[in-house]
Amino acid sequence: MDNLLKILEDDATLTPEQLARMLDKDIAQIREDIKNYEKEGVIVGYKTLVDWDKTDREYVTAMIEVKTTPQRDDGFDKIAERIYQYPEVKSLYLMSGGYDLCVIIEGRTMKEVAYFVAQKLATVEHVTSTATHFVLRKYKDKGVLYGIPEMDERGNCN
Amino acid sequence: MLDYSKLLNPTVASMPPSGIRKFFDLLDQMDDVVGLTVGQPDFVTPWHIREEAILSLEKGKTYYTSNAGLMTLREEICHYLKRRFDLTYDPLKETVITVGGSEAINMALQAIIAPGDEVIIPEPCFVCYAPITEVCGGIPVPVVTKSEDKFKLKPETLKAAITKKTKCLVLAYPNNPTGAIMTKEDLEAIADVLKGTDILILSDEIYAEMTYGRRHCSVASLPDMRERTILVSGFSKSYAMTGWRLGYVCAPRELCKAILKLHQYAIMCAPTASQYAGIEACRNGDEDIGEMIAEYDRRRKYILSGLQDIGIPCFEPEGAFYIFPDISQYGLSSDEFCNRLLYESKCAIVPGTAFGKCGEGFARISYAYSVKHITQALERIEDFVKKL
Repeated sequence: MDNLLKILEDDATLTPEQLARMLDKDIAQIREDIKNYEKEGVIVGYKTLVDWDKTDREYVTAMIEVKTTPQRDDGFDKIAERIYQYPEVKSLYLMSGGYDLCVIIEGRTMKEVAYFVAQKLATVEHVTSTATHFVLRKYKDKGVLYGIPEMDERGNCN
Repeated sequence: MLDYSKLLNPTVASMPPSGIRKFFDLLDQMDDVVGLTVGQPDFVTPWHIREEAILSLEKGKTYYTSNAGLMTLREEICHYLKRRFDLTYDPLKETVITVGGSEAINMALQAIIAPGDEVIIPEPCFVCYAPITEVCGGIPVPVVTKSEDKFKLKPETLKAAITKKTKCLVLAYPNNPTGAIMTKEDLEAIADVLKGTDILILSDEIYAEMTYGRRHCSVASLPDMRERTILVSGFSKSYAMTGWRLGYVCAPRELCKAILKLHQYAIMCAPTASQYAGIEACRNGDEDIGEMIAEYDRRRKYILSGLQDIGIPCFEPEGAFYIFPDISQYGLSSDEFCNRLLYESKCAIVPGTAFGKCGEGFARISYAYSVKHITQALERIEDFVKKL
């Protein structure tokens, strides 16, 4: 696996210049590699992890277990497509185990989320049931700890 | 009122405080400094290793172990040394678990140095070898390693320093502060000088896992060298376990016996929870080492090319996590350069002279920091040297 991808997955803010130094490559080569990864859809996007609990933004996150009746030709894909079109849906996974689709959605209030599930999600064709779990607190996301600012407490010893 | 100056051991009283300590004290008084000074990993000990220590506490393993340390740990260390460096030691008779590599160095030197014995110490190097030698009544004999030799110890330098009183040669590679390594060929040349003598080697291999592009070669793996080598190492750097204080010494039976005697009177045994963590590190830590080394290597390349772009020459370090640039072109002493960099640009690096007189004209930069942090420090260094 390419080191470039691993480094960028951890920190997308590194510049091509910095990456070139770290990997002992040409900047032009790095730019080219990134462009190719984007074109091939290996790199699909860049985002910032925000701890919204530290701001005055009102929001809730919910994880919804969705059971469906899969379709003969399309399996779960068609149903998933119907669901991921909603902008409220932040993540969507096809799962093994007791249910089929795991839908992660964000809304301003619990009421808003509940409304979305009842009115939109539950009424999607072939969805047979939903179970909504609200997130109470985010401890860790994408490998990053929330709520605990990192401090360098190492002593100067040697 | 007692006159403490008369009560102290004169050797200790007259011992200068380490240059590195002096600089760190200065640093502690300032805010907003971007430092590249720390000589320890910025990783946290891998969780599976920490968990084993916690588990040992939960099980109530809060007693002393045997003086030499848990037998299982000694066995695992010997397996590890065989697997990684092709070294063969007997866990029962040739291995002692210590409180960090530092204790191992201390006990090893105490065990062998008698008053008047000379200890050859290639400099620049870590600060502890000479003071410990002096406390034992020995005489430190610093020898110079040079940038143009990639800070390796040359056989002719060693030969010139040997006298009838020479008891021991300290080999500390991969090296703090220079990042130098000694390859198998380099060590063979040293071995040729030592063959047929009674000179011992204290081989401080605490950075053994931190080499880039090639595996570390231990002097003890060379023919005829094992019998005269006291191998000192530990868990601090390889597994990011500095705070656990866990190290070890491996040496031929008679040497180990003497070291164990001292260790038993001074220390009793290494912390038990740390020893349990050490077992897990040896058994399942190879992959952690690999990941950390890959990250250090990226930073090493990053900082080397950054310094070169600023116009500060430095040889490419091949081990440890330090880089040792040549700052002599600015016409300042190492102390002046580092003090002014600290006060004028709020960036901290350690003067090369903290590691021996021949460190003059150099500074030690640690890259055990995130790339973001290193970038910030490089910017400050660049701003500073532009004004000189």
